[in-house]
Amino acid sequence: MEKLLNKIFVAKVNELPEKLGRTVHVHGLELAIFKLVDGDIRVIENRCPHKGGVLAEGMISGEHVFCPMHDWKISVVDGKVQKPDIGCVQTFEVKVEKDNVYVMLPEK
Amino acid sequence: MRKQKLVLVGNGMAGIRAIEEILKLSPHQFDITVFGSEPYPNYNRIELSKVLQGDTEIDDITLNNWQWYEENEILLYPGETVTAIDKDNQTVFTDKERQVDYDKLIIATGSVPFMLPLPGVDKDGVTAFRDIKDCEQMIETSDQYKKAVVIGGGLLGLEAARGLLNLGMQVDVVHIADYLMERQLDKTAGKMLQKELENQGMNFLLNKQSVKITGRNRVKGLKFKDGGEVKADLVVMAVGIKPNISMAKESGVPVNRGIIVNDYLETEVPNIFAVGECAEHREMVYGLVAPLYQQAQQMAKRICNVDCDGYKGSVLSTQLKVSGVDVFSTGKIIEDKHTKSLKVFDEWRGVYQKVLVEEGKITGAVLYGDTKDGNRLLSLINKGAMIEEYTDNKRSEETGNDLIASMPEEEIICGCNGVTKGTIIEAINNQDLTTVEQVKGCTNASRSCGGCKSLVSDLLEYALGDQYDQNQKESICTCSTLSRDEVIEEIKLKELTHTREVMNVLGWTSEEGCSKCKPALNYYLGMLNPTEYKDERESRFVNERLHANIQNNGTYSVVPRMYGGVTNAEDLRRIADVADKYEVKMIKVTGGQRLDLLGVQKGDLPSMWSELDMPSGSAYAKGLRTVKTCVGADFCRFGTQDSIGLGVQMEKKFEGLNTPHKVKMSVSACPRNCAEGSVKDVGVIGLDGEFELYVGGNGGTHMRKAELLAKVKTEAEVLNTTAAFLQYYRENASYLERTSAWVERVGIEHIQNVLSNKKTFIDLNQRMDEALSVVQDPWKEAIKSETLLRDLYENVKVPAGSN
Ligand SMILES: Cc1cc2nc3c(=O)[nH]c(=O)nc-3n(C[C@H](O)[C@H](O)[C@H](O)COP(=O)(O)OP(=O)(O)OC[C@H]3O[C@@H](n4cnc5c(N)ncnc54)[C@H](O)[C@@H]3O)c2cc1C
Ligand code: SF4
Ligand code: FES
Repeated sequence: MEKLLNKIFVAKVNELPEKLGRTVHVHGLELAIFKLVDGDIRVIENRCPHKGGVLAEGMISGEHVFCPMHDWKISVVDGKVQKPDIGCVQTFEVKVEKDNVYVMLPEK
Repeated sequence: MRKQKLVLVGNGMAGIRAIEEILKLSPHQFDITVFGSEPYPNYNRIELSKVLQGDTEIDDITLNNWQWYEENEILLYPGETVTAIDKDNQTVFTDKERQVDYDKLIIATGSVPFMLPLPGVDKDGVTAFRDIKDCEQMIETSDQYKKAVVIGGGLLGLEAARGLLNLGMQVDVVHIADYLMERQLDKTAGKMLQKELENQGMNFLLNKQSVKITGRNRVKGLKFKDGGEVKADLVVMAVGIKPNISMAKESGVPVNRGIIVNDYLETEVPNIFAVGECAEHREMVYGLVAPLYQQAQQMAKRICNVDCDGYKGSVLSTQLKVSGVDVFSTGKIIEDKHTKSLKVFDEWRGVYQKVLVEEGKITGAVLYGDTKDGNRLLSLINKGAMIEEYTDNKRSEETGNDLIASMPEEEIICGCNGVTKGTIIEAINNQDLTTVEQVKGCTNASRSCGGCKSLVSDLLEYALGDQYDQNQKESICTCSTLSRDEVIEEIKLKELTHTREVMNVLGWTSEEGCSKCKPALNYYLGMLNPTEYKDERESRFVNERLHANIQNNGTYSVVPRMYGGVTNAEDLRRIADVADKYEVKMIKVTGGQRLDLLGVQKGDLPSMWSELDMPSGSAYAKGLRTVKTCVGADFCRFGTQDSIGLGVQMEKKFEGLNTPHKVKMSVSACPRNCAEGSVKDVGVIGLDGEFELYVGGNGGTHMRKAELLAKVKTEAEVLNTTAAFLQYYRENASYLERTSAWVERVGIEHIQNVLSNKKTFIDLNQRMDEALSVVQDPWKEAIKSETLLRDLYENVKVPAGSN
């Protein structure tokens, strides 16, 4: 069965810092939002699959974030951990309407 | 069709390696269950030595994490021991009353350390060196006790001894033979090794047979047969291992020294295999990783019904993982009447090499001081090469390629991580790799002990031909081929002003760099042009961006500045109030005599700082951290100078400075050196009428004693000389290079020469003043700026129920 998705407002586009992450707590989830250099907005789960580092505080480079704890490199687009390490984090669909950023979350 | 049940006993290096191979060959054939006595996922035992030596954390040596088991649908029972096998009904039993059936069973129970049966071995403080638990015990012991004795001067014993030295213990190594590593080295090499290790601080008791461990509950000492004795708070036994076969034996699996297996690693019981240190193949039992991996590969093929030649035995090679010592030995190493040898002995450079030849063929080698031929020799022995091939090899480059070309694809290049030639070549070709670093990043080869680096370099040369630059300079990261010096030259020449521009103009391979080059470029740009460069927050590591230390659970720690370690009742009261208000988890005095408030939420940081109303202690910074001081002339009966006053002056002068890595200083008021200046980046010692300045010390991972830079008369000279030294370090060290490594690299005489030039000295001081002129307190800055507060410290909480 298809899961229902909730569309939830999380931020205004112009309030998001550039090239830095921001933490959002929503409905029991902890998310990391990134506004990339090209303006693209991406949302992933805020915990590194290695030892739970907070990814919102990582250094961003292109479409990747480097975990601040042990430097794993993780794609903010598909959530995949880059070689030689393995694993992945959950990614969330983002909708931007006018100046508003929404995240699509599964219905609880 | 029902999946077959595969059970593995022993969650160690060989067993899990075999499972990995099986999953590669036949991912869906088996339901896999793994039992492991240790309560951890599979980890790299080899790296325990590095953990003890402080280069690596226990957390970092996991090979396959919990998630890996989950993803591959492997049922793991950690902390559970298999106690018996019912081979007729094909069932195993465990100490938790579990009972599991198998179609195929792999025994990979490894070894147990051999404990000499001395009276007193059961006392507290006697340990082996085999697993995480032992390693942790040694680390804990070093917090409380000083004196360690290692029994056994072999590979393991020496690695343990080096680790204990790094943990700050005094170490005696007791050895029964008359030279070290007598199974791998000859006397010449053994003695050279001993001398080097003595220089590193080890003490050796050779030709000693231990007879008794003394003490009441805890060890007090060790007695020898010749009547001598030594004191010991900790005794580490590293005298050998024996295959862990008791469970197999009691269950009726035939054993000799180890569990007997054939070339396919099959035991004599149908459907039971054994692999690793517990197995005995052609009367050989192996205690190193490379052979176990070869075994695992062959066994996996057999289990998955893939054709294979079987395992034929391995030629062993060993390497000592102690920094500053290069030792390699392989094959047969002791001469007899059938052997001839080829020797090079260069006492001056500390190099000794011996290659043994039997009927024209190479059979073994011992290399000391220069080990880069090691892996090549091992390959030559493996293929039964004639000695000419080695000697010619040394002359012409192409034959090196022949050797690489003749290696089979599945030959393991990196023993620690089990990476084959095929995997490396494939990665080089498919992913356009050109440097050893990149190969390391993509395949894990040479990520652990580093012994295979030269082979990886050979493989690159073989795969890339002329395109490969052998003498690779150390590039600043994988995004660029330029070295640090080249980058700095280009920045100056082309007048580049921000990191993106540097990356663009200098042809970075990635558009926005990585976590290595971004902070480095940010530092270099700021160092070159302190007054105009605008620091890039996004190019800073989180600690420096948020001006607080990130902790393992995502909370932060706050350290207010306390000049010279001096505080007062009012400040303490305020700190206590803030700690209460923000529910600080712990208050701790740091190594540099400051107070650390731990466990703070990110969102609370700004208000804490404003309530503390003290400057930032920069305890997170790549910059000046603290100036530790002794009590000095005002109070101490030995003090000759005002160490506190001078320490405060130094801290006030240099606070907020950016440097390539953290900088710690100290000032003591007499040679008793209570502020421990010999392990500081700058350690000042006050004497009657003058000061001594020591630099380049480090008490961290790579212990290094500071060297005397200068003796000066006045406090003002202390400040200027320190400034000149630090500025020269700022301008010349690579980013993340500590003064200890830098001083070691360029040499103290060189620095003394530079600083002895009057003009240079003044210029350095001026450039330092310029750098210091723009310093601001980061906490104040953050509190004042609304954008900073919003961008950096705010977390958003979306209330439940909102849409
Ligand atoms: C400090 C140190 C440094 C080393 N350095 C090197 C090096 O530089 N190079 C090198 O090649 N080798 C090195 N070695 C040796 C190498 O680690 C071993 O050869 C290798 O780990 C053996 O693999 P194994 O799978 O046979 O045994 P292990 O890795 O020991 O695995 C066996 C596992 O089985 C478990 N087990 C045992 N009995 C049972 C049971 N009944 N039920 C369930 N589980 C059980 C054990 O708890 C253990 O975890 C080093 C070893 C040590 C201790
Ligand atoms: S270093 Fe000398 S002056 Fe300072 S506290 Fe120690 S003994 Fe006293
Ligand atoms: S927790 Fe992210 S890399 Fe270790």
